Amino acid sequence: MSDVLERVTKIVIEHLDVDAEKVTEKASFIDDLGADSLDNVELVMAFEEEFDIEIPDDAAEHIQTVGDAVKFISEKVG
Amino acid sequence: MRRVVVTGIGLVTPLGCGREVVWERLLAGRSGLGKIEHFETDDLACKIAGLVPRTDGRGGGREGDAGVFDPDSVMSARDRRRVDDFILYGIAAADEALADSGWEPQTEEDKHRAGVMIGSGIGGLETTYNASVDLHEKGPRRLSPFIIPAMLINLVSGQVSIRHGLKGPNHAVVTACSTGAHAIGDAARLVSRGDADVMVAGGAEATVCRLGIAGFIACKALSTGFNDTPEAASRPYDKDRDGFVMGEGAGIVVLEEYEHAKARGAKIYAEVKGYGLSGDAYHITAPAEDGDGGFRSMSAALKDAGLQPGDIDYVNAHGTSTPLGDEIELRAVERLFGNHADGLVMSSTKSAVGHLLGAAGAIEGIFSILAIRDGVCPPTLNLDNPSVETDINLAPKAAVKKPVKAALSNSFGFGGTNASVVFVAAE
Repeated sequence: MSDVLERVTKIVIEHLDVDAEKVTEKASFIDDLGADSLDNVELVMAFEEEFDIEIPDDAAEHIQTVGDAVKFISEKVG
Repeated sequence: MRRVVVTGIGLVTPLGCGREVVWERLLAGRSGLGKIEHFETDDLACKIAGLVPRTDGRGGGREGDAGVFDPDSVMSARDRRRVDDFILYGIAAADEALADSGWEPQTEEDKHRAGVMIGSGIGGLETTYNASVDLHEKGPRRLSPFIIPAMLINLVSGQVSIRHGLKGPNHAVVTACSTGAHAIGDAARLVSRGDADVMVAGGAEATVCRLGIAGFIACKALSTGFNDTPEAASRPYDKDRDGFVMGEGAGIVVLEEYEHAKARGAKIYAEVKGYGLSGDAYHITAPAEDGDGGFRSMSAALKDAGLQPGDIDYVNAHGTSTPLGDEIELRAVERLFGNHADGLVMSSTKSAVGHLLGAAGAIEGIFSILAIRDGVCPPTLNLDNPSVETDINLAPKAAVKKPVKAALSNSFGFGGTNASVVFVAAE
């Protein structure tokens, strides 16, 4: 879990160009981290690449926060 | 009739960025052309271009150099993923032009009365190329959501409008190498006609990538004989010319309704006095041999301006340094000017910056405006041995000082699309 959080956090910081302290598990990509819908698409792609997983579109729609991403990815990579 | 004046200028060119730096270097006879080093050119017949000198080392730039282009100063690395370089250059030049004009919208009404018309000849070619490779190698799920907004031509206008809150007409011209001239002419018409009081207009281009160079080599348009001496490669009217050298960058002007500009005490560079357009209806890439298309666009611009050929002091030629085109344009100008050809100065600034395709007409319009402001016509570099005799002073290798009350700028594009714009000193 912590490893996933760390890697997700790194991707979010890189892609959204935000300060590390803002990237908490509760942080919403759009409401808190300044992302738009296209950034979200790109983030999901970056997660797929980093963790070598596939995130289907319907699942991607529910990934709105850092925590959502960590939870989904942790379940996938088990 | 509402008059239209130029109140702001922005330049991103192979001679550097910023109005005065570029102009000074242009008048001094410096060349912005060099070897391409940011991609493989071993298998390309043309290995040279006019690149914008950048802080990231591209185009031979270094941090701290005068006029160097700093991508970070325009947008964060994050935002740059959403734009191709042609958009980046267009945004930077528009920022400079608006700052230079001293005008920013204050009220909602101001915003509604200000628009953008920035075109590009080709748009995000490198973005499209890279995306095609990704699609082929990795499949559709690996394509960035930013590819389309990064390569669309009208996204320069879109980005500039978002950045500065300009909610009036939002438009983009696509007429190959005539784009920049058409954009200024069309935007001036919108202001003149009352659709807007302020228009940010011009062209942007960034096609110096493998696909861009290889594509223009394939249609036999580029210089291939000067790879070891890039500064000598663009030589309009010279007998040794062998094609154009591709340049990149952007030229943007702020066009403003005269009373609007006067009321706020704006500095006025020049008035956009005439605009003419024509089509060759002849060939997809070659200019019609009789030069009639260019002749008619120039004639229409003069008529629109209410001027006679003898009123024009300087012509900024299309003059790309291709074997065919230069002489055809020269003959058309001689035909139009008749007895007034003697004493007329006509130069091709492509000799110094190369051919910026969709941005060419805009930066050359700006050079024409600055010629009026300073009473000096920029030189045609590398003109050692003219291939034809003419009474026109082609300003070989040195700027020509003379009062310029009226200047005409020509742009001709693939598909046989011609535009001429006449600028005059503001009264």
